[in-house]
Amino acid sequence: MLRFLVRRSLGALVIIFLICAITFFLFFALPSEPALLACGKNCGDPALIEQINRNLGLHEPVPVQFWHYVVGIFAGRDMEVGNCPAPCLGYSFNDSQPVWETILDRYPTTLSLAFGGAAVFLVTGVAIGMIAAARRGTATDKFFSSLSLIGNSLQIYFIGVIAMWLFVDTWGVFDRPEYFPLTENPAKWFGGMLLPWLVLSIIFIANYSRMTRSQMIEQLNEEHVRTARAKGMSGRTVFFRYAWRGAIAPIVTIVGIDLGSLFGGAMITEFTFTLHGLGRLAVNSVTENDLPMLMGVMLFSCTAIVIANIVVDALYAYIDPRVRLS
Amino acid sequence: MTTCAKPEDNAATPAGAPGSAFLSVRDLYVHFSTEDGIVKAVDGLSFDLERGRTLGIVGESGSGKSVTGLSVLGLHDPMHTETRGEILLDGQEMTGAGEKTLEKLRGNKVAMIFQDSLTALSPYYTIGRQICEPYRKHTGASRRAAWARAVELLGRVGIPQPKLRAHDYPHQFSGGMRQRAMIAMALVCDPELLIADEPTTALDVTVQAQILDLLSDLQQEFGSAIILITHDLGVVANTADELLVMYAGRAVERGTVSEVLRAPQHPYTWGLLTSMPRLESDVSEALTPIPGAPPSLLATPTGCPFHPRCGYPAEVGGTRCEDERPLIGPGRGSACHLSAGQKRSLFIEQIKPRLG
Repeated sequence: MLRFLVRRSLGALVIIFLICAITFFLFFALPSEPALLACGKNCGDPALIEQINRNLGLHEPVPVQFWHYVVGIFAGRDMEVGNCPAPCLGYSFNDSQPVWETILDRYPTTLSLAFGGAAVFLVTGVAIGMIAAARRGTATDKFFSSLSLIGNSLQIYFIGVIAMWLFVDTWGVFDRPEYFPLTENPAKWFGGMLLPWLVLSIIFIANYSRMTRSQMIEQLNEEHVRTARAKGMSGRTVFFRYAWRGAIAPIVTIVGIDLGSLFGGAMITEFTFTLHGLGRLAVNSVTENDLPMLMGVMLFSCTAIVIANIVVDALYAYIDPRVRLS
Repeated sequence: MTTCAKPEDNAATPAGAPGSAFLSVRDLYVHFSTEDGIVKAVDGLSFDLERGRTLGIVGESGSGKSVTGLSVLGLHDPMHTETRGEILLDGQEMTGAGEKTLEKLRGNKVAMIFQDSLTALSPYYTIGRQICEPYRKHTGASRRAAWARAVELLGRVGIPQPKLRAHDYPHQFSGGMRQRAMIAMALVCDPELLIADEPTTALDVTVQAQILDLLSDLQQEFGSAIILITHDLGVVANTADELLVMYAGRAVERGTVSEVLRAPQHPYTWGLLTSMPRLESDVSEALTPIPGAPPSLLATPTGCPFHPRCGYPAEVGGTRCEDERPLIGPGRGSACHLSAGQKRSLFIEQIKPRLG
């Protein structure tokens, strides 16, 4: 298991480095001139542009810049604007704040949204899928199937706005979505995140219930499930112990991918509910040509996705003993 | 050694008396409703089985042999299956029995061995645990006692180092060992009836022989009745006492193994025998397959279901084979309109020479 983790982590580092490099060089392939954002009224003055570029470290060749960037992550670096301790992701072109600190500031929102949302959609989605599988072909099954079809065709910005209008503005049953730190006031944190969680979950619930249903039905038709019945196991044992065990393996895989991408920020949900998470940060840094911020967010999200994938693989080996040996 | 609690431990019924067989199947119909129509997988099947005896059921794929085995345990999905007729196990009616009653019998009084042990064992639990489970359920034994029992049985079916191997998962076993483990799982509660559905089909010939020997040994030890479902006449020849040949969900011939194999009466059995390679036959001699394909069970041919593939309707004369369903009684017999004399002479003149 340890060897597996080490091997996977090394592979992950390579992937992260590649993504990092691609993002970096792509940015310079774009016709971007970050100095133009900082020069204000005096943009006609080439000396000023030159000065700004020098301050931002943009006067050096791109590979050299990339080298400084990578070294900075591990060792920190001295920049024109001051010392940047490791992990140094540079300073934002936009507001001159350290990228790392901005990310740390935004991350709790994203993390809360991702974990809370995942808890809601996993429990609800898997439960609905299992009920539908247990009663397949009945009215209950058909009801949930149509519901998930509707859920799947909805969009967050659409139901989000409607839900805000109905539950917050009109009836006042939910708090206005806002992020409060969990450590300071758990009740306010919960109240502020509840509506975003529920809205974010709806689409996922639709997916997860359908997937759970089909996986369960497939497993229930497996021969080893029939063997379990043939040796006198009760319907409940067969359903929960034998069929479910087989059905969760693929579900865990998908959860890993979904959670990973949620860790990178749920842009639409964040914009819909005016939450300040990573997704919003990423979109803003793209529109503002803010290379250090964009790089930082990309790196951070990629690392989250890659870590989520390693965790999933480890979990998978735990669930399915056939994976353990190889 | 502890034995499992049997739900109804009737005193042994006198053997040989009519209707006293340990397992008695009467006019069994198993029909599946599918999108294409009703599949008549078993269509009026009757047979008896005494304790300590082995009944071989042979036939092509789709002849209803596996379906019959599964019906004894009531393992068909009741939503899509219509089961009619009687399955009397030790005097207890199985066809109408509730799920709770069946659960108590499955793995306990009646156990089943499936064909492909890789898919038939759960990949997620250790071999030991899978053997333990029915034992704990049926006897209420402790985890420790059940584990000891599992190890004991693994040793009995010839797994080396059973104590160690009980912790393995099915994929860590070879095919033959897995099949042994499956047999151990079936035997854990000393079943009185063992249904083995193609137990050796996925194995190579030497392992196949070992498994069949193991089954015979265990039968002598426990006195269980065995239903051996197979498409391989070679398997039943050495293992079974009685033989039931099935075609299109019906019994077409029955008798003791030597009766059926030495003096077969039904043209379908002749076909099966002549299509089988023999060690002593000339290499240059071609095998004769039965012409045509097994009938669709959605629309079984009228009359004798074998008539479209049979070479002898002319001998019967008229359209009797197409119109009238031939009947088969209990004991030695075959479902064929040919007269007893015709069967004998046709076999001796045309079939026997080809069997070498």
